[in-house]
Amino acid sequence: MYAYDELDRTIINERVEEFRDQVKRRLSGELTEDEFKMLRLQNGVYLQLHAYMFRVAIPYGTLSSKQLRRLAHVARRYDRGYGHFTTRQNIQFNWIKLAELPDALADLAEVGIHAMQTSGNNTRNVTSDQWAGVAPGEIEDPRIWSELIRQYTTLHPEFSFLPRKFKFAITASEHDRAAIKVHDIGLRLRKNEAGETGFEVLVGGGLGRTPFIAKTIKPFVHGHDLLSYVEAILRVYNQYGRRDNIYKARMKILVHELGIEKFAKEVEDEWLQMRDSALTIDDQVIEDIRSRFSYPAYEKLPHMPEELKKAAHDPQFEAWRRNSVAPHKVTGYAIVTLSLKPVGGPPGDATAEQMDAIADLADKYSFGEIRVGHEQNLALPHVARRDLPVLWKALDKIGVATPNVNLVSDIIACPGLDYCSLANARSIPIAQELTRRFANHDTANMIGRLHINISGCINACGHHHVGHIGILGVEKNGEEFYQITIGGRADENAEVGTLIGPAVPYGDVADVVEDIVEAYLALRARPDELFIDTVKRLGVEPFRERVYATR
Amino acid sequence: MTSPLEQKKIRITGPSMVTANRTWDGAVIYRTPKHDWSADLSDAAVVRTSDEARALLAESVADDVGAVGAYIAPVEIKNTGAIKPGNLREHIRFKGVTIDLPVPA
Repeated sequence: MYAYDELDRTIINERVEEFRDQVKRRLSGELTEDEFKMLRLQNGVYLQLHAYMFRVAIPYGTLSSKQLRRLAHVARRYDRGYGHFTTRQNIQFNWIKLAELPDALADLAEVGIHAMQTSGNNTRNVTSDQWAGVAPGEIEDPRIWSELIRQYTTLHPEFSFLPRKFKFAITASEHDRAAIKVHDIGLRLRKNEAGETGFEVLVGGGLGRTPFIAKTIKPFVHGHDLLSYVEAILRVYNQYGRRDNIYKARMKILVHELGIEKFAKEVEDEWLQMRDSALTIDDQVIEDIRSRFSYPAYEKLPHMPEELKKAAHDPQFEAWRRNSVAPHKVTGYAIVTLSLKPVGGPPGDATAEQMDAIADLADKYSFGEIRVGHEQNLALPHVARRDLPVLWKALDKIGVATPNVNLVSDIIACPGLDYCSLANARSIPIAQELTRRFANHDTANMIGRLHINISGCINACGHHHVGHIGILGVEKNGEEFYQITIGGRADENAEVGTLIGPAVPYGDVADVVEDIVEAYLALRARPDELFIDTVKRLGVEPFRERVYATR
Repeated sequence: MTSPLEQKKIRITGPSMVTANRTWDGAVIYRTPKHDWSADLSDAAVVRTSDEARALLAESVADDVGAVGAYIAPVEIKNTGAIKPGNLREHIRFKGVTIDLPVPA
């Protein structure tokens, strides 16, 4: 966990009071909506179909139990008793009243939570690997650097009015759980030959209307130079990014239009003028940040305790353990993913009661720490393996132990037309129907790893472009239709999926997905060939033929 | 169901109303013939020509304190005279989400 210092607390508290005054002036008519809109967006407040929506940042996906309890409190007191975890390590409350927002922000500020940079044309909440600091094989904890960038970008005047929003993601593992290739800047931690920390820098990724996979602009930037290099990128974007057309304003468009070589040269020229400036980071700065992260005092524990051996005879426990429990860097410990994808439930939602219960379990079994992943699940990052059987029972009791992590019913979905003012079609009911279709865990396990992503419009908040199966809601003559892509992925081998055929109506989506899965089962070379690998090997055509033959 | 946020030209092809969200709490509201707002769709002013729609929207937008994000949306007039939402988006705004909420309201 990272502990905010006095400066952080002051910034957050001042921001609450500033927003309280802005809301007061808006409600009195002193500020028009046109004047107020940017101010509310800078505090994570959107206007949706039924109400205001309040988006709260969870920087690099790390939460304390105290913070999670406070989110539960906000859900209960100011909203309708639940929250929605998003694909960028935020939580959204869907029914909040503008008049009560300053109080909600003040309550969150008491535990170091805020909503800055969760909206608007600025640098957004910095995201990272939800297993940061505990994943085996990780080079070092990427949250140290995520926090550095958070501090550097927070309220940065030069980057508060960019052409469009700007997103960072950082990973320190070979397997990319942070989806860095679909971010404006993706940073992959590396060590050079001298063993010094640095970053491979990727730029120009993004989804939305025009999806692009990020390209490497520099294979190694020394950690000391990270901020100056990132600032050079942002300056080039700020200077050349388009402001005349919102659909062409993201940095990915600039990178695409200039070409990666020209863009890289512009950045290099800018960087050479400023690399040895005040932005050079000395080791002490990094150590100061590192010292504000607290790490658990792990015990020396066996890898295979008696409790686990005994529980292994229970097939239900084993089904959960296989999908939800991941190896930890410390022997005797595990990372446990909590599925927020119950059969028939909205993906990513958690009730206040569940949040409170998870906070209690985090205190008891995970040194008081919780993580939030872009897949819209939570994780307990420090669980002793001996505690897994008893933890499983407790998680099952509160409905977050569905054994479907990374399986077909672990669906990523945006709020869609049920909530969102931008959406053209519903996402959640499609996800719910699919979880019912694939509710049989034996079948889901037999299918293996398969990610379905659903977006209710081209803005792609459900990351449909990079779903193994991607579903995009569109409108045709006032009716909901859905385009379906296959072959997308968001990991280190990120790719944008390929459209499989004509859009299908709402009522046919689940049938089509079932047909795609059946085609995969028939086409896969062997039982352990994953869906995504079968698509890679064969291409889209065999799937198209089977799925559309009778349509 | 193109988002009304992208509504640029005002051209209606059937009975329409003006809807918005109430400023202080974001609740769905409808412009009434009494130059006021109501949370009840049956109170909505129904317009049938583009000129009427334009006028109703202009009047609605002028109330910047009471409402936010006003736009024109289609309605369906039943034989009984009842006013119903004219598309899925407005149906959802009127009736609420089409799913069970995690915590019943």
